[in-house]
Amino acid sequence: MALELTAARPDPALLDLPWRTPLEDWPEDILAALPRGISRHVVRFVRLSGRVLAIKEIKDDIARREYEMLRDLRRLHLPTVEPFAVVSGRVGVDGEPLDACLVTRHLQFSLPYRALYSQSLRKGTATRLIDALAVLLVRLHLTGFWWGDVSLSNTLFRRDAGSFAAYLVDAETGELRNRLSDGQREHDLDIARVNIAGELMDLEAGGLLQEERDPIEVSERIMTRYRELWAELTAEEHIVETERWRVDDRIRRLNKMGFDVDELEITTDFDGTTIRIQPKVVDSGHHSRRLLRLTGLDVRENQARRLLNDLEVFSAATGRQGEDEEIVAHDWLARVYEPVTRGVPASLLAKLEPAEVFHEVLEHRWYMAERARHDVPITDALADYVAKVLPGKPDERAVLGVDTEELPVIADRNA
Amino acid sequence: MATVKFDESTRIYPGSDTPAVDKLNIDIEDGEFLVLVGPSGCGKSTSLRMLAGLEEVNQGKIWIGDRDVTDLSPKDRDVAMVFQNYALYPHMSVADNMGFALKIAGVDKGEIRKRVEEAANILDLTQYLERKPKALSGGQRQRVAMGRAIVRSPQVFLMDEPLSNLDAKLRVQTRTQIASLQRRLGVTTVYVTHDQVEAMTMGDRIALLKDGILQQCATPREMYDKPANLFVAGFIGSPAMNLVTVPVTADGAKFGNHTVSVPREGANDGGSHVVVGVRPEDVELTTNNDGLELTVDVIEELGADAYVYGTPTDQNFTLEGGDDNLAKPFIARVDGRKVPAKGEKIYVYPKGQHMHVFNKESGARL
Repeated sequence: MALELTAARPDPALLDLPWRTPLEDWPEDILAALPRGISRHVVRFVRLSGRVLAIKEIKDDIARREYEMLRDLRRLHLPTVEPFAVVSGRVGVDGEPLDACLVTRHLQFSLPYRALYSQSLRKGTATRLIDALAVLLVRLHLTGFWWGDVSLSNTLFRRDAGSFAAYLVDAETGELRNRLSDGQREHDLDIARVNIAGELMDLEAGGLLQEERDPIEVSERIMTRYRELWAELTAEEHIVETERWRVDDRIRRLNKMGFDVDELEITTDFDGTTIRIQPKVVDSGHHSRRLLRLTGLDVRENQARRLLNDLEVFSAATGRQGEDEEIVAHDWLARVYEPVTRGVPASLLAKLEPAEVFHEVLEHRWYMAERARHDVPITDALADYVAKVLPGKPDERAVLGVDTEELPVIADRNA
Repeated sequence: MATVKFDESTRIYPGSDTPAVDKLNIDIEDGEFLVLVGPSGCGKSTSLRMLAGLEEVNQGKIWIGDRDVTDLSPKDRDVAMVFQNYALYPHMSVADNMGFALKIAGVDKGEIRKRVEEAANILDLTQYLERKPKALSGGQRQRVAMGRAIVRSPQVFLMDEPLSNLDAKLRVQTRTQIASLQRRLGVTTVYVTHDQVEAMTMGDRIALLKDGILQQCATPREMYDKPANLFVAGFIGSPAMNLVTVPVTADGAKFGNHTVSVPREGANDGGSHVVVGVRPEDVELTTNNDGLELTVDVIEELGADAYVYGTPTDQNFTLEGGDDNLAKPFIARVDGRKVPAKGEKIYVYPKGQHMHVFNKESGARL
C-alpha cells in the first residue's frame, strides 16, 4: 500500500519523516521535545520547515474524521488547533500496516495546563483557566459543536492580557449539530467537571498543584461560569415598553463581554406594553474584530480590549476624540504600540507575544507610576521592563510539555 | 439493576422527513447484554443516546425498570456511559483513578473504599490498588477504566463503540473482558457496534437496525440460523451468506440443474423467482455437473478448511449484496484436503435443508 498524504497545502518535507516507524519509536533527534501529557494515543512533536507539528497516531477513519472536523470548526471561526495533514497507508519495515497519523500545527505561544501549573503561579491561575474553558465551551455549544471529551488536557491556553484564551485541541469525539439539546450541553458540562477535577487531583497527587485549592471546588466553577455565560448570551428578557433603552443595554452588555449580536429577536406582546428580546446568534471577538479593522492587528479578545483602551487614552491625551478614528488609530500604532513591541531585543522575542508584552508594559508602567507617584513615560516603562522583568520569564513560543507521563492504552505485547 | 423498554420510541431530527429511529420496540431483560448493531447511519447510536437522555424522544416512550424516563435529564436516569474517557491519571493510585468520580459526587470515603475494593476484586486488580497506572499493562489499564464505571453502580451500562479506537489485538482482548465482566456483574447493558463479529460474540441478544428500523432482535444463534430477511441474512456472518436469485418451477427452485424444494407461500409474482441463501459452510460441492456451475477464481487456505471463491458461469445467476457494480463471488468452505484448483469448473448446491429462502421483492423470509 502506498503512503497517502491528505493536506490542504502539502509540504513535501512531510514525506521525509520516518513514517515506516511506529510513532513511539521515532528517533529523538527529529523530535522537538519529549512529548508529555495525558493521552490515550501516542503523540509526538517534530520540527519541520521552520514550524512545530504535533503528530498523533490513530486509526485511519478517526484521523480523517478529526481532520475534517477541525477544518469545519476553523471555517466557523472557532478557536482550535490548525489541522495540517493526514498520513495514511503506512507500512512498517516488517511489512505490517501501521495506524494513520493526524498532523496539526502547534499553536505558537500556547501553553498546556500542566506547563502553567509547573511554573510558580500567579494567584488565581486555576480559576482563570477554568473561566477561559467555560468561554470556549459556550462558544462551541452556540455553534452546535458537541465535544464529548471536555478537559484541560484537550485544551491549550494562550495568554490574553493577564487572563487566558482557550483553544480546542482534540476533536476526536466531537459532532457538529444544528443545535444542541439541553441534555447534550449538560452531558458535556458533566464530563468537563469530572475531567477537570480528575486532572487537578492528579496534579495534587504529583505535588504539582501550587495553589492550595480544593480540586472539586475549582471544578465546580466550570458549571457556574458556563451557566452564567450561557444565560447572559441566550436568555430572553421581558422589557416594559417604556424602557426601550434596555434593548440597547442588553447589546452593550454582550459587547462588553466580547460577544457580537448577529440577530436580536424582538417580539411585542399582544397589547404592545412589553417587548420580549432574545439574542439569536452571538459570536465572540467583538473587540478583536474592531481592533483588526482599525489597526490591522490580529490579537485576542482581552488584549484587544486593553489596546483599544490605550488607544482611547491616546486619543483623549492628544485631543483628537472628534477625528476619524482610523487615522488616530494609525498614529497610535506608529507612535505608541510599535515602538514598544519593536523595543524588545531579538534575544527576548520568544518570551511572550508582542500584544502580551504591550499589555505587560502598560501594567508595569502603572506599578512604576504608583511607586513614583507621578506619570511615567512609556519609553521609560519599556526600558525598565526589558531590563528587569522580561529576561526572568520562560520562553513560551513553543512549550510542548512538562514532566508528566504519557499513558496510551495499547495491547499487552506479551498477551 | 433493571429492565429497559423502548416503547414505539421515535427520533426525528429537525429538518428531516424520515425518522432517524422509527417506532423502536425492544424489551431488554434485567441483566441482559443487548447489542445494537447495523451499518453507519442505521440509528443504533441515536437509540442508545435516546436511552441515555442525550437525544430527544419525539414519539413513544423509554422505560428503565418501572420508571418512565422519557423526559428525565441524563443525570436522573441512573445510567452510565462507559469508556467516554479512559485517560488514566499518572500521579494517582489505581484506587484513586477508579474512585475519584465518586468523591466528586460527594460519596463518603468509607463507601468509596468499599466500592473500589469490590470492583477491584471483580476486575482482578486488588493487588494493584496502591500502584500507579504506569506499572500496569495495557489490558490492566483498560480494566481500571472499566472500574471507573463499575464503582458508580448504575442500573444500566451504556457503551457506544467503546473499542473503535483500540488496535486490533487490544480490541479482541477487551471484547472478551467486557463480555465476561458483564456476566459477572449482571448489570443490564446496551452496547453499540457496527461490527457484526463483535455483536455475535458479545451479546445475549442482538438488535439489528437499518435506516432507523429494527430488522430483527434475537439471540446470535437465531440471527444466524433464521435471519428474518435478506438484509439480516447478508449482514450476519463472515464470510457473508451466498444469496442467489433462482427460478422456481413446479418441482422446486432450480439451483443450476439441481432442484431444491422451497416454500411457495409468500413468494412474489406467483413464485417464479426466489432468493436462496446458503452459508459457505452449508455448500455441497460436486464435480459431476450437479448444481450451479462456478469457475473457481481464488482459493483461501485456512489449514483444516479452505474458502473457495467462484463466479457462476451462467451470467443469469447473480449474487445479492455485491458492492456497487462489482460482481460478488460465491463462497464455499471446503475440506482442506479436497481443494479444487484455480480455474476449475465446480458445481454447488445447498447441503441438506441448510438453506434460507427469501421473497425477491420484499426480502422477507419464506
